Amino acid sequence: MAMQFYTSPEQIMRDRSEYARKGVSRGRGVVVITCADGVLFVAENPSTALHKVSEIYDRIGFAAVGRYNEYENLRSAGVRMADLRGYSYARRDVTARALANAYSATLGAIFQEQTKPFEVELCIAEVAHSAADDELYRLTYDGSITDEPGYVAMGGQAEAMGSVLKADHRDDLALADALVLGVKALGSVGGEAGAPRQLGATALEVAILDRRKTGRAFRRITGPALSTLLPPAPAEPEPEA
Amino acid sequence: MTDWKGRGVKSGFDASGGLAGHFTNTGTSSFTDFLSAAAPSLLPGRRTLPTSPAAAPGRPAPIDAPHATTIVALSFADGVVMAGDRRATMGNLIASRDIEKVHAADQYSLVGIAGTAGVGMELIRLFQVELEHYEKIEGIMLSLDGKANRLATMIRNNLGAALQGLAVIPIYAGFDLDASDQAKAGRVFSFDVAGGVYEETGYEGIGSGSLFAKAALKRLHRPGLSRDEAVRAALEALYDAADEDTATGGPDLVRRIFPVVMTATAAGTDRLPDEQTAVIATSIVDARRA
Repeated sequence: MAMQFYTSPEQIMRDRSEYARKGVSRGRGVVVITCADGVLFVAENPSTALHKVSEIYDRIGFAAVGRYNEYENLRSAGVRMADLRGYSYARRDVTARALANAYSATLGAIFQEQTKPFEVELCIAEVAHSAADDELYRLTYDGSITDEPGYVAMGGQAEAMGSVLKADHRDDLALADALVLGVKALGSVGGEAGAPRQLGATALEVAILDRRKTGRAFRRITGPALSTLLPPAPAEPEPEA
Repeated sequence: MTDWKGRGVKSGFDASGGLAGHFTNTGTSSFTDFLSAAAPSLLPGRRTLPTSPAAAPGRPAPIDAPHATTIVALSFADGVVMAGDRRATMGNLIASRDIEKVHAADQYSLVGIAGTAGVGMELIRLFQVELEHYEKIEGIMLSLDGKANRLATMIRNNLGAALQGLAVIPIYAGFDLDASDQAKAGRVFSFDVAGGVYEETGYEGIGSGSLFAKAALKRLHRPGLSRDEAVRAALEALYDAADEDTATGGPDLVRRIFPVVMTATAAGTDRLPDEQTAVIATSIVDARRA
């Protein structure tokens, strides 16, 4: 008879956590920031077609890092859930809280029951009429859910990005200032020998849940609109002789 | 081992409250297709109508539900105008004086309905969600032809109910973002009860008063109308329809209820403010006063 090896539940969970955390930390970062104009999403993403940031419903947005096929699957499930709820009840009855709960339950079930957990981290944001009432939910691979006030940083070295945001974040930041802060946070990690990186418009995916808009508040900021919001790129330093 | 995708109950919510089953199946970008798997009872075309002993055997009892009447749509230089009267009738009675039958389907197109008002409103709501759903899942909008074909499919699915007396006919018009010629970007589509979709040149009317409205539009419409001319033509056509058809309401000067007029252009859809419609409608009435 083959020998049955005993593995403690702690060990199994620890292995899965480590696996998922590794997968998530390989990805490029995303930050979500509340500001005077709404909720701003800034992602480091050179692709213009494969999005990390998307619209879910009128006032709800979605941001993710990690494995594309996994969070894309979760994103469409969220759009379906939101549209089904809005269609069967009313548009106002679609809330970020309900959606975040559903994601949490789904990710939790996968983490416990599947051999391989999802290597993703999500942020569900809902814009309110004032920045203090904005809701930002951060969901991790094991279904843990936290309600973060003001800002969320996800991806590799999220803590380092979070500390940059923490230092300068205020609820009354103007859109351009919030964007500069987000880009600074994303650029603060991943540079050679800890040096900050300069991220240009082509390396960024930016979107906002516009606080003042009625109906669908989600808007992508691309092309010239994005370039004008970003500070002009500093001149390339002279190569050292 | 449990497959988390297979755990969903019929409604799609699993016991843990998570997203499973139909929610996470890949493949479709259509909200209607998703509903037909996840919650078929929410689809208008899937209901069986009860038969009554008073009716002929095998035939459903006729239902006296409010009917929506005349809508017109016409193209102009920058896009399309759609206008609808505000009356819904039930037999010889007026069921509503201020029903709104013209709606924005999405950012660049308009849809109006004639026929059974309840079913029509439900179809419009479903169509609006369908277009928005596709746009969110795919990241891009459907083409204008794609949207019209989608609406035709919905009408086709309603054929059973239509045969039992709950017919709905929509009219669809929009600004075609892919048009090569800006002057031809405003397009109007009509439908039949069996789900046929036909592109019209210039103008179209649906509903009980459409015969008279179309006769008026034939006279008033020409390519390259300005927005103001097109709005006035639409209101003139509705006035003519109301003049001849009892089910179509004219401008209600006593209660200050005027037709709904909407436009779709490159800048998006827009509903004319009631004050503006009131001025135009009143001037039409004045012009006709002998």
